[in-house]
Amino acid sequence: MTQTKVGMESSHRFGVFGGRYVPETLIAALDELEVAYEEAGRDPGFTEELELLLKDYVGRPSPLYRARRLEEAVGAGPVYLKREDLNHTGAHKINNTVGQALLARRMGKRRIIAETGAGQHGVATATACALFDMECVVYMGAEDVERQALNVFRMRLLGATVVPVHSGTRTLKDATNEAIRDWVTNVRDTHYIIGSVVGPAPFPRMVRDFHAVIGRETRAEILEREGRLPAAVVACVGGGSNAMGIFHPFVDDAAVALVGVEAAGEGIASGRHSATLTAGTPGVLHGAMSYLLQDDDGQVAPAHSVSAGLDYPGVGPEHSHLKDTGRATYVSVTDEEALAAFDTLARLEGIIPALETAHAVAHLLKMGEDYRDRGPLVLCLSGRGDKDVTHVAKLRGRTHES
Amino acid sequence: MKATVSRISRAFQDRAQGGKAALIPYVTAGFPDLDVTDRILDGLVEAGADIIELGIPFSDPLADGPTIQASSFRALQNGVRVEWVLERLRAFRSRHDVAVVLFTYLNPVVHYGPERFCRDARQAGADGLLLTDLPAGADPGLEETVRGSGLELIRLLAPTTPLERVPEVAAGGSGFLYYISRTGVTGASAELRQELANEVAQVREAAELPVAVGFGISTPEQAASVAGIADGVVVGSALIHALEAGGVEGAVEFVRALRDAMDGA
Repeated sequence: MTQTKVGMESSHRFGVFGGRYVPETLIAALDELEVAYEEAGRDPGFTEELELLLKDYVGRPSPLYRARRLEEAVGAGPVYLKREDLNHTGAHKINNTVGQALLARRMGKRRIIAETGAGQHGVATATACALFDMECVVYMGAEDVERQALNVFRMRLLGATVVPVHSGTRTLKDATNEAIRDWVTNVRDTHYIIGSVVGPAPFPRMVRDFHAVIGRETRAEILEREGRLPAAVVACVGGGSNAMGIFHPFVDDAAVALVGVEAAGEGIASGRHSATLTAGTPGVLHGAMSYLLQDDDGQVAPAHSVSAGLDYPGVGPEHSHLKDTGRATYVSVTDEEALAAFDTLARLEGIIPALETAHAVAHLLKMGEDYRDRGPLVLCLSGRGDKDVTHVAKLRGRTHES
Repeated sequence: MKATVSRISRAFQDRAQGGKAALIPYVTAGFPDLDVTDRILDGLVEAGADIIELGIPFSDPLADGPTIQASSFRALQNGVRVEWVLERLRAFRSRHDVAVVLFTYLNPVVHYGPERFCRDARQAGADGLLLTDLPAGADPGLEETVRGSGLELIRLLAPTTPLERVPEVAAGGSGFLYYISRTGVTGASAELRQELANEVAQVREAAELPVAVGFGISTPEQAASVAGIADGVVVGSALIHALEAGGVEGAVEFVRALRDAMDGA
């Protein structure tokens, strides 16, 4: 139903997906952001400053670690983990927040807002704001405030104001609604650092570009180590930022399988899941046309996942395009499988992954048969699991002290 | 160009002839209860509404403040569906000739199928469609679908809209232009901004269509003051409050007070 016209409007889309479906109030700010982003891209000073921060502050390049014990468990390989969990603040999210905060400073905007699910993006935003001396307000679903208490404490420690959102499903979707409402109200002096490859143009493209450093490093590292490209690249997908970041530099390498892993929650058939690309249909949420979990009357359906970061009924529009063109494959794993993989990686490699990442690990563990003798497998280890320890202990009916 | 003058244009013309502004109340369909909708629509006509904005609730109303968020949530809990709203509209059309603009978000329309939605809405008696998350230029194909159906495409302008964009927005819209009184979401407010009169005057200068002002207009005094600077006055959240607090009677009384204040009675 959507037809793109040539020029600016088509640069807002990935095939039929994406676009700029927002209240009129935001159009001028999105235009301003788009121009500022393009100008920054042409400014060697901007790139230089960003690269220096990624190196000295974030700790890049992140290692590509060969996980030999995991490899045995998978039964194929070699298996490499792209260690985004070793970044400052413990996840990939900071690649984007440092970039966008630099951009906000360039636009003269001193007030930053963000939404967060698991709290990783909120922490990464609060961190960048502390670094650049900016005011920071983070919207977080009231349910997530409870299950991610450690990250709430971290954000406050970093000087951010955390606003619990009680409307709707009290999770990431509603936090995003509230962040957009704040932006509509304070758009003149505020920049909204969206935490994933979602939202109106230019956000999906811009956030992807800031995270593409993950894929660029991975490509160089695997070529150096193995002398060939990976057979498959695997990453978890909520909104899909770490996946888009690691996929992007491989999109033109047709022989590299791109595998996105969604949260099947209590199982697709149960209806309690967040597997948007697996079980959703195209729709419009948060400014973009993309796959969406919705009911039979076009109302957005509540998502579910044990992992707050994947608990989102939408997904980045570029993933929708990669799905429809067949370039990437999207699968899903249940809460139970992800929790088991959380333990597996901890025991085999001494790495506690974020619950989001544990979904990708769970799928990797199933890939042995299909990928035996087919070459290296790379998994984006998008974040560490410290934030999830209390929640997991609670699910198992004990406290983390016992 | 249409051969006959549309209900929406006629509503503005009729008021303009008397030197008055059009009154455009908003209600969420199915709020607070399903059986209230027919009665409140009748009441709005009786109280002197010129155009009615009928809201189709959406689960994620990101342009709305707490009041309309809550009314939308309640309506959805009551089981409101798009087809049900169109049925209420059809029933209304059999009783009244007052113009109706459907006010909603894009996703329910996309899901229903844009062509089918526009056709069914038109057949049910809708005159216009306002999609809060379809700004000018966002989706030319979809905008064409709306226009081609005979529905007026009501477009919004905001205080942040650059003046040079106004002609583009106005050119693709019809019926009237909806000027958002402040940078923000819907919801009642204590006072209107000083600059509003100037901004509205600039828009009226730049565009041919009548200009209605909405967002934050909550009292008869405010409505009267906006009536002095614009062609139409939209009242939403304050009416939802009145409906919740005083039922249909309270809401009708409130709208009558708006009408009287706007007409200088």
